[in-house]
Amino acid sequence: MKSLAELNAIKEKVLKEKTEAATKSGEIKVLVGMATCGIMAGAMPVMTALMQEVEKRQLKNVAVSQTGCIGLCNYEPIVEVLMPDMPKVTYIKVTPEKAVKIINDHIVNGKVIKEYTVDNIHWNKE
Amino acid sequence: MFRSHVLVCGSDGAVLKNLVDNMNELVEKYRLKNDVKVLMTYSLTGDDKISLIVYPEGTQYFNINLESMERIVKDHLLNGKIVKDLLAHPEEKTEEEIASETEFINRQFRMVLKNCGNIDPESIDEYIAQDGYQALGKVLTQMTPEQVVAEVKASGLRGRGGGGFPTGLKWEFACKSKNPVKYICCNADEGDPGAFMDRSILEGDPHSVIEAMAIAGYAIGANKGYIYVRAEYPLAVKRLDKAIAQAREYGLLGKNIFDSGFDFDLEIRLGAGAFVCGEETALLTSIEGKRGEPHPKPPFPAVKGLFGQPTVLNNVETFANIPQIILKGAEWFSSIGTEKSKGTKVFALGGKIEHVGLVEVPMGTTLRKVIYKIGGGIPNGKKFKAAQTGGPSGGCIPPQHLDIPIDYDNLVGIGSMMGSGGLIVMDEDNCMVDMAKFFLEFTVDESCGMCTPCRVGNKRLYELITKITDGRGTMEDLDKLEELCYYIKDNSLCGLGQSAPNPVLSTLKYFRDEYIAHIKDKTCPAGACKALINYEIIPEKCIGCTLCKAACPAEAISGDPLKTHKIDKDKCIKCGTCMAKCKQNAIIKK
Repeated sequence: MKSLAELNAIKEKVLKEKTEAATKSGEIKVLVGMATCGIMAGAMPVMTALMQEVEKRQLKNVAVSQTGCIGLCNYEPIVEVLMPDMPKVTYIKVTPEKAVKIINDHIVNGKVIKEYTVDNIHWNKE
Repeated sequence: MFRSHVLVCGSDGAVLKNLVDNMNELVEKYRLKNDVKVLMTYSLTGDDKISLIVYPEGTQYFNINLESMERIVKDHLLNGKIVKDLLAHPEEKTEEEIASETEFINRQFRMVLKNCGNIDPESIDEYIAQDGYQALGKVLTQMTPEQVVAEVKASGLRGRGGGGFPTGLKWEFACKSKNPVKYICCNADEGDPGAFMDRSILEGDPHSVIEAMAIAGYAIGANKGYIYVRAEYPLAVKRLDKAIAQAREYGLLGKNIFDSGFDFDLEIRLGAGAFVCGEETALLTSIEGKRGEPHPKPPFPAVKGLFGQPTVLNNVETFANIPQIILKGAEWFSSIGTEKSKGTKVFALGGKIEHVGLVEVPMGTTLRKVIYKIGGGIPNGKKFKAAQTGGPSGGCIPPQHLDIPIDYDNLVGIGSMMGSGGLIVMDEDNCMVDMAKFFLEFTVDESCGMCTPCRVGNKRLYELITKITDGRGTMEDLDKLEELCYYIKDNSLCGLGQSAPNPVLSTLKYFRDEYIAHIKDKTCPAGACKALINYEIIPEKCIGCTLCKAACPAEAISGDPLKTHKIDKDKCIKCGTCMAKCKQNAIIKK
């Protein structure tokens, strides 16, 4: 790295790739929490199931990638779906079966599976 | 996605436009552009009164002018505190109610953890796209080392490892040294039971630590850095390894970074799992390849540290703050938090809490908010008894102190400490004497054995407290316990020994009645100390189903079918299996 300009060039390139992908094909991003907490709870099979399902259905505009811990460790494995023009949806306690259903209902058919989302976590008031 | 939406409401379009512009300037000033969206809207009621509504909370403010808007941006949007005296309906909504309407992430302020859970930690490109390495570039091309130190000093950042020593001051000591060789070290030997903040940062955003270490290297004039990380964190080590390799490949580590003539490289050192190696002098000794034992200070590491050279050692979370301070400025950073504790703190919530996990809140947030509004409260409708901060070196916070703002000085004031950020919540089923015993057992195990007060003193302390939980204690033991605690604190060599009695002292301070119940009444109020509890069958409720008899692993239950059963107290091992099996609720724990 020789200059800030060079660094900015990489930044622009990545950002451009991201926005281009988003506008061109309506890229959908699927993030799987893969920190120690996620992996312990079984994020590996979920990741595999997601990738297999994407592969099987030939979904070219879906990018499945790993990420760190978002903080809700006892609700792992957590899968987040980012679709253009839609707020981020966070699914909790995902299993490989649920993962397949997420691809089918949410990503292919655009229907959020409400009973799997983070909105169902429990709050105890004082 | 925006964290908050601000609606500026009124009836005069020109006035509103002006206010929206002012608001946007303020949002820009406090670097909240990506978090807050300002919108203009016409008042529904049609009156001239101008108000400002913040969503998702739905807080409505009146008396809007430049000065009050700045307070709203700073206190509410940045620090998450409702500006009470500007509220349109002060009696209607309190902070407590408002918070419970929004969700887990939105109730936090994520600065250190901003990339965790958003980017792929194994991709340097994604980090760069999130302004990664911009701070390093800025430092190397536009700032002198002295300016960097001054900026960090002005930010008011304090060490997040527990002690809370001002980071800028530490850097300044090392910067002023004329020694040609200096070192930067990162303490990632996170050993407190129940703490995992550093692990999550290393696993979710390893580049932020690497970038910060390079910045620190430039600031003090070091060309070599070491990250001391626990071998028990294999994933963190793997991701760090990968991140360092990527940074080298991009020329962000190595020779002549950004063509500035500055060389910097990093090496990982694995800890073998000794808790004492989290203490700075022991950690540095361990990096040198020697047995991880502490040595007396002074000389402080900033004067004579690793391999006898000036060394700056900071915690992972401290480092993770640095790039943001450089990019957004010391003034911005010091606007977050309380007067003496700036910025945010990451807590690992554990124990009897609904949402076990990681939270990041501005300093000065109350413990009540962290536990109930972010942590989701205590499961199964139980009552909060205490929160333990700082692990084996910290103390407990009882319910009467739930509302004090969390910062370094307040926690020390009530006999606990910030610690590295482990926060263990306990409910009415936890015995505080047993808790103190647990932490003592840990320190006895982890004492390196170098100095007598820690090696022998803690062992004696553990024996005394075991005597109490076994129901053999006397009131004199309580005095002896306290005296020994102060002796160990005053005479131990390093932080481990000096802080080891803290759990005992703080439980003695706030829960002395529990100790007395163990000693005088020979009972454990929480029903946790096995030697002091008994299981009994209530004859009126027992139907003689034989379930408990069949389940008892010690064959301590006798009785014929359909007749009342009985537990033999001498045989009973107090495992509680019978109580769990009984469908008639006929077995009670006393």
